[in-house]
Amino acid sequence: MSSAICSHLRAPGTWLAVIGFVVIGAAGLALPQWQFLVSVALSKGIVALGLALLLRTGLASFGQALFFAVGAYCVGLGMNYYGLTELFALLATSMIVSAVLALVLGFLLARYRDIFFAMLTLALSMICYGLLLNNVELGGSDGFNVNAPTLGSSAQPWQLTGTNLFAVGFIASIVCVMAVALYMRSTPGRLGPAIKDNEIRVEYLGTSARANIHLTYVIAGALAGLGGALQAFNIGHIDPDMAFWTTSGEFVFIAVLSGTRFAFSPFIGALLLEVARAMAYRYAPNTWQIVMGAIMLAIIAFLPGGLTSLGLVRRKPAGGHPVTRTTATASGDAA
Amino acid sequence: MSQIYAVLVDGVMYAAWLFLVALGLTLVYGVLKILNMAHGSLYALGAYAGVTLIGPWVARGGNLYVSYLLLVLAAIVAGGAIGFIMERGVLKRFYGQDPVVLLLVTYALFLIMEDAIKLVWGVDPYTVSEPYSFLGNFDLGDLSYPNYNFLIVGVALVAGIGLTSFLKFTRSGRLLRAVIHDREVSQAMGIRVSRYFVVTFMAGAVLAAIGGALTAPTVSVAPGMGVEIVVLTFAVVVIGGLGSLPGAAFGALLVGLVRASAVHYWPQGELFSIYIVMALVLAVRPKGIFAPMEARKI
Repeated sequence: MSSAICSHLRAPGTWLAVIGFVVIGAAGLALPQWQFLVSVALSKGIVALGLALLLRTGLASFGQALFFAVGAYCVGLGMNYYGLTELFALLATSMIVSAVLALVLGFLLARYRDIFFAMLTLALSMICYGLLLNNVELGGSDGFNVNAPTLGSSAQPWQLTGTNLFAVGFIASIVCVMAVALYMRSTPGRLGPAIKDNEIRVEYLGTSARANIHLTYVIAGALAGLGGALQAFNIGHIDPDMAFWTTSGEFVFIAVLSGTRFAFSPFIGALLLEVARAMAYRYAPNTWQIVMGAIMLAIIAFLPGGLTSLGLVRRKPAGGHPVTRTTATASGDAA
Repeated sequence: MSQIYAVLVDGVMYAAWLFLVALGLTLVYGVLKILNMAHGSLYALGAYAGVTLIGPWVARGGNLYVSYLLLVLAAIVAGGAIGFIMERGVLKRFYGQDPVVLLLVTYALFLIMEDAIKLVWGVDPYTVSEPYSFLGNFDLGDLSYPNYNFLIVGVALVAGIGLTSFLKFTRSGRLLRAVIHDREVSQAMGIRVSRYFVVTFMAGAVLAAIGGALTAPTVSVAPGMGVEIVVLTFAVVVIGGLGSLPGAAFGALLVGLVRASAVHYWPQGELFSIYIVMALVLAVRPKGIFAPMEARKI
């Protein structure tokens, strides 16, 4: 056990995460005007963390907004219909409902790879968008307002706002990063990149690629649900746009920008995105997406492992791509 | 009875429009194996180019019959030029990589295009409806339909039949089918594969732009019009089987009819009935209904 802890301490990812969280925590506490921005980045980072797990298995989900919205709506519906305000109850509900939904959808999705996986996840999130948009009981196009969650006894509840709310997202992020880091070093976690490399070999090793993908999808779904719930608290409002496919696209952007090398990676991308967006809204509201698109192209072209692969010695797979499967297709080099 | 009738006609009209827009997407996938997320932006580009060209023409009282030609011309020029830049400037550099990487690249192109359109045309909507109202209405039973919709059905038929016969009967079409079948062997046989890639991508872009340009008179052209169409055309081509022309026609008809039925019988379901059909089809036939059989290459 102690050797496992030692090897964790030697891992560069551990130090990156420790330093990163110290900086984030300090920024959140010392700069109140940045607190909201950092909180939003953390909740998106949690969603992107789940997506990163899928990406390192070679699957790009363009539908994580589905669970993001489901998590947020669990909070909204729980508060507005059931009077549920207890923080842990709400977070647990969001995660469990998202995970169960992912488990059910996973039976369908785990059969798909590549583009089909991307498109089917996208379609599922659009179904959710349509449902939310057209049902008045679910808030319709206006959505719901969400109050501050409470903690402690129902007799004297403690309202979580401002710094306390930031602390909730902060602690949740740390827990998620630690859990995912442990998962990435476990046997099913290590199977992810193996599936990306060569699924057939994984099957020959005597394990089921489909079951592993299913598991990864459930984890990613639960994380996205948690991120959605936290986002609902941060913004104080939820609406169907949370399930729209461009929201999923933003998570994809974060995950691709950050890379999937460490569990902490997605938080770097999420923070950069939110800071850049805050500046873009002020100075260049109509060129914001151009910048995002250009950065994404540059990352894919020059730094395929994402920002956190900087300084990593690049093994050169033949024509492959670290973000996804590295099976070289010679026929593709035609042009 | 008349309601079933209305559903059928509405569905077919909507299907024709969908087919026109989805045709380019499935063509590009068939040849380049790229699912182009920027397809919707090319559609929006066509719409903007169209209104820009016919707006002044209509305002000066130009011949409205000519305005239809101008719409198509604008689409060909804008779609062809941007398609060329996209393929030669960006996509070319990523060939041979994983399909998901190319999907991400086209997503980046989509983001860039969305704002580029805003930069060029601003964020205010454009409306040029004269070509739409000019053709008048057609009474079918006790229902009245704009003739313009029949024009779109006609254009969709021409595009579909034209493309199919091009692939079947011309020399270039046969060579293109060889490229679709196996690009490596085609190249070994002396076919200039990269040239086919460029031309196919441009053709796909032009088809998207024509779809947009012909839609422009029926709507107000505003930012974000490409965002929703992307998902819709994906649904269409995925239902039929990516890269299949009959598949796109079938998918468009299915989606068109489903949507028309939803509009008439279950209005709240309009948006997601389409995606439910898509999910159902994929659950039964994972690669779509008309997908060609593929041998697994290890």
